[in-house]
Amino acid sequence: MTAITVARPRASALPAPVLNGYRFELVKLLAQWRIRLMLAACWLGPAVLVAVISNQNSLPADTVFGRWMSQTGWAGTLVVLSFACSWVLPLVTSLVTGDVFAAEDRLGTWRHLLVAVRSVRRIFAAKALASLTVVLLLVAGLAASGIVGGLAAVGNRPLVGLGGQLLTPSHAAIEVLLAWASALAPTLAFAAVGLLGSVALGRSPMGLLMPVLLAFVLQIAQLLPLPVLVRVALPSYAFIAWRGLFTDPAQPGPIVLGVVVSLAWTAAASALAYLMFMRRDFTDPAYDGAGRRVVARGVVPLAALLAVTIGVVAAATPASGSGIDRAKLQTSLATVFAHLYRMQSRELHRPDVTEQQLQTSASCDKGGSLVEDVGAGNDWRCVVTWHIPGVGAIGSAVYQLDVTPDGRYVADGDGPQDVNGFFQVRTSTGDAPNPLWQFDGSVNLLSQITSKG
Amino acid sequence: MNNAKARKFDTAPAVRARGISKSFGEVVALDGVDLDIPEGQIHGLVGPNGAGKTTLLGLLLGLAVPDGGSLEILGSRVSRSLALPDGVAGFVDGPGLYPSLTARGNLAALARLRGMTGEDIGAALDQVGLTNVADDRVRGFSLGMRQRLGLAASLLTKPKLLVLDEPANGLDPAGARHVHGVLTGLAANGTAVLLSSHRIDDLAALCSEVTILANGRVIFSGPIEKLAAETDELDYRLRTSDSDAARRIAETATDLRVLPDDDLLQRADSLHFRAAVPALDELVARLVGAGVAVRELAPVVAPLEAAFLALTEAQNAAGYEDAE
Repeated sequence: MTAITVARPRASALPAPVLNGYRFELVKLLAQWRIRLMLAACWLGPAVLVAVISNQNSLPADTVFGRWMSQTGWAGTLVVLSFACSWVLPLVTSLVTGDVFAAEDRLGTWRHLLVAVRSVRRIFAAKALASLTVVLLLVAGLAASGIVGGLAAVGNRPLVGLGGQLLTPSHAAIEVLLAWASALAPTLAFAAVGLLGSVALGRSPMGLLMPVLLAFVLQIAQLLPLPVLVRVALPSYAFIAWRGLFTDPAQPGPIVLGVVVSLAWTAAASALAYLMFMRRDFTDPAYDGAGRRVVARGVVPLAALLAVTIGVVAAATPASGSGIDRAKLQTSLATVFAHLYRMQSRELHRPDVTEQQLQTSASCDKGGSLVEDVGAGNDWRCVVTWHIPGVGAIGSAVYQLDVTPDGRYVADGDGPQDVNGFFQVRTSTGDAPNPLWQFDGSVNLLSQITSKG
Repeated sequence: MNNAKARKFDTAPAVRARGISKSFGEVVALDGVDLDIPEGQIHGLVGPNGAGKTTLLGLLLGLAVPDGGSLEILGSRVSRSLALPDGVAGFVDGPGLYPSLTARGNLAALARLRGMTGEDIGAALDQVGLTNVADDRVRGFSLGMRQRLGLAASLLTKPKLLVLDEPANGLDPAGARHVHGVLTGLAANGTAVLLSSHRIDDLAALCSEVTILANGRVIFSGPIEKLAAETDELDYRLRTSDSDAARRIAETATDLRVLPDDDLLQRADSLHFRAAVPALDELVARLVGAGVAVRELAPVVAPLEAAFLALTEAQNAAGYEDAE
């Protein structure tokens, strides 16, 4: 018989470093055909779509910046951003973070992973970081692809903002990048909700669907005439607030608030997912998700966070009601009209005028004298007046406004025909789009403007 | 006895468990379990479904800590989960592989995770006979191939204690032989192997000692020969040159009970009876004396399996009585 002396190992082996775990998780994620398909779609799809749509006669005018897609390459990526904020970003987070923990349940690999990593905490960190990386890669693809497609198809031209002002290409580029960056915050919030669903519901498909379901609920909420305090406290508000980068003046308040709320949701949902994951008993053969405890451990704390956010917003801002009233609309409409009037003047080769010379003002009314002049609706009617330079006369134009609860409005020109009643204007070089015929605007839901009329 | 069974190592046991208990809510999974596995030994773990085998394997892999008792692994006392010494590897409830990665990809990712260079991946794949499918995705692998790849993943860490749950599941006879060869080789080099299996023949072929669990308790632990000896009576099948004469002789023998021919698969010329070894000897002597040639005499169930069945059935019966 042979006697062999075996060296004694350490009392307790060190857990695998987080960096190693991160690489391990990234390799697993990027090996999935679903993730590869999403990466290809996000990096190629927007470029193709923007290039094709920009060269069509019919533009998606119902989407913010859609009507400018044939005029500048910077509009296309903002249309992509609008669409992505509605469905694509929540779906992306669902498919990545909503499955990153559940996949181990489905494959039965938890015990194997625990034996290899030897730290539940590090597994959570590695999975969260790896899925975050993939989400960022997908968002970067959406942004870059839309920009490249737009610039290639239409060109690097000035962008008309939601205040009607003309942004130089470099200014537009900065604002576009800031808009995508601000959309990252709610994307992270949805990603964290995905992590929570994935941890809490195990292999149940409900975990995978949680970000999409949340997005659906929040989309419906944004369509409802909610008080502004509730609206801006929702984690998806930053998906809308980026429009404030393109108004005149810019609306930093809603953007900052939206980003802060989204980051608070990110932190809360991640912390809940972490706590739930740390408490899991991986040896319990009967475990299949936290089941009914999800309500107590996941949903209730997030509902409490929403309530706290509403309270903080109420204390910190002067906003009340729907956030939409006559004074705000009048101010916004007059500003946009003045900027676009100058654009029309340039198209028609009229002498240039300044906004100050025009002294534009607007008078709005909602639904006649029996209806209070507040809130969303398509029954707003406004008359814009301005001083016609060099003549000393006052011009006026009528607009029908369709105002949505999130503060966006579409102004539809109602005459006179040579100002805003027709979609084209006749220039010395042929027909051109009439910028005053239809345009988008956006009011600041959180600001307070004293009504004069 | 194979080489691994004969090896002796001059160190502390790879596993030393005393009075281990573990419960999940109201369910007692383990109740006062003792277990000793010296280095270089292949130790079998067997028991009916729900006996607590998976829970015990989970404790040995550090997935949880016992509620009571003491557990030492490779000389270190285990006091918290996932805090095992280096050198423990294995799998429980399947080998834990990622179907979208190739066989080599699975091992490479695992090696990088543990901070290893991955230079042993080729050797590990070769050891389990998967070199020719190393670059195929695991999605297309059979259960047996996955089991072998799981074993290869465990081999990467050069384990001193290997804990395997049903490693021969889905393996064809050639594959099973291959795995047996790998395990005996490991044991010969000092690795302690705890092998949980429902296949008693696997355990008999590989293990020098076996532990039987039932209802969370150890009902037998010791050398496999001792287990076989635990069962004094076995069922035998007898074929002779004169089956009528053989039956008459058997029916008059003492300490031997002829079993009814109620099995459709039994051959007409065979006789079934239950007896201990002395009665068996006496029967053979009487047959020979009566001029009846013995053509076949074999246990219907292998001794080890018979012992296992007898022990677990007795334990279940005791459990029912306790419950009543």
